[in-house]
Amino acid sequence: MFSAKAAQEAMPVSNSGDEADKALRFREAALPYLNDVYTLARYLLRNPADAEDAAQECYLRALKHFDTYRGPAMKPWLLAILRNVCRAEFSRRAASPSTTIENTPEAADEPPLWHEEQQTPEEQMLRERDAVAIRRLIDALAEPFRETFVLREVNNLSYREIAEAVGVPVGTVMSRLARARAMLRSAWLAEQE
Amino acid sequence: MTCNEAEILLHALIDGELDASHAREVEAHIAGCPRCAPKLAAYRQMSQAVATVDLRYTAPPLLRKRIEASLPKPQVATSRRSVLRGFALGSAMSAIAASGLVAIVLRNDDEQRIEGEIVSAHLRSLQAGHLTDVVSTDQHTVKPWFNGRLDVSPPVIDLTAQGFTLIGGRLDYVDARAIAAVVYKRRAHVINLFVAQTASTEHRPARMATVQGFNIRRWSDRGLNYWAISDLGADELAEFGDKFEAATRVNSEG
Repeated sequence: MFSAKAAQEAMPVSNSGDEADKALRFREAALPYLNDVYTLARYLLRNPADAEDAAQECYLRALKHFDTYRGPAMKPWLLAILRNVCRAEFSRRAASPSTTIENTPEAADEPPLWHEEQQTPEEQMLRERDAVAIRRLIDALAEPFRETFVLREVNNLSYREIAEAVGVPVGTVMSRLARARAMLRSAWLAEQE
Repeated sequence: MTCNEAEILLHALIDGELDASHAREVEAHIAGCPRCAPKLAAYRQMSQAVATVDLRYTAPPLLRKRIEASLPKPQVATSRRSVLRGFALGSAMSAIAASGLVAIVLRNDDEQRIEGEIVSAHLRSLQAGHLTDVVSTDQHTVKPWFNGRLDVSPPVIDLTAQGFTLIGGRLDYVDARAIAAVVYKRRAHVINLFVAQTASTEHRPARMATVQGFNIRRWSDRGLNYWAISDLGADELAEFGDKFEAATRVNSEG
């Protein structure tokens, strides 16, 4: 009697029912990637407050288009939307030429949150210092390289997924990633001297 | 393969993005190239170093809340269909989102709505002539009466000895669906016991609720959802439920 199938047959399709279904499906599919979305937003916008706004806007847009979502995987799809949100934010901002460390104080000030494993305090301190240093170096990369690097190294997307999310050929992803790593490496080496 | 090509492809090699034949090609070049070999080693090292530190940011809890609040609330839906589906799929949903509070919220909300309908059905039944379709204190009359009227056979148990008199049964409608109502009386108080099939066979222990001044005792057992509703005090209604449950256990085991 209370079988879902019978219910579907017996009841006319109702929009609000679909909306409830949709909202539920969307939450289950999309919310688990909030940290990924927020992380990319932090690296793209280099500012916690803007990153929060962008993440929220990303979820609103994603919900709006969830009806037509047929893939790719949820994570690259969300990150592609986030990226567009951030681009809109870029054009809203006076195009900031900043690719220098001085313009990104937040990255250094913000105490990072860790997924800790068993570490000695010394190891942990070393690691935190490394993470802060590496984040700062990533923040200093020019935008397309930073984006590709973060999508690959932090968000763990494949080359193909990055290509789709960014809307460039895989070859471009490869060359951007190579340049990003080269720049990062020389900045790193320069810092260690 | 030129060094320029290798310089880009070595990253794909590190990232495991190359197919076997290209990987071999790149490795072959690098193995014989004094310029490229140290680069591969250096980038490998860097990749490992980057991988050991956590470069992710964690979304602030307030952001998560804000986003959740900005999404349409599943419980806003008032359609019977969604209520019914949420209800019927209660256990399936909680399995889908074992970790998702969202599903649990939805389910609770549906239960509240159903409880509202249970109260309405109870009130209707108290209006003149609506209480019973089949009047009998004999469980062997009331139980067969439901056959053919519902696709569920509700347990009908005589609890007269325990102080609750069976007075009959009727068909009612909750969530726009026919549902069994077994009617008991204690002194002047009517107890409607609503029984509906559920997709879940898990046993859900009893939960008391008070809606519009009526007490509702709700539980699930062996694929059936039960709501006992009455203007009896909570303790007496709980007693009714306990005795009913004990009796069904004896019946099914005996």
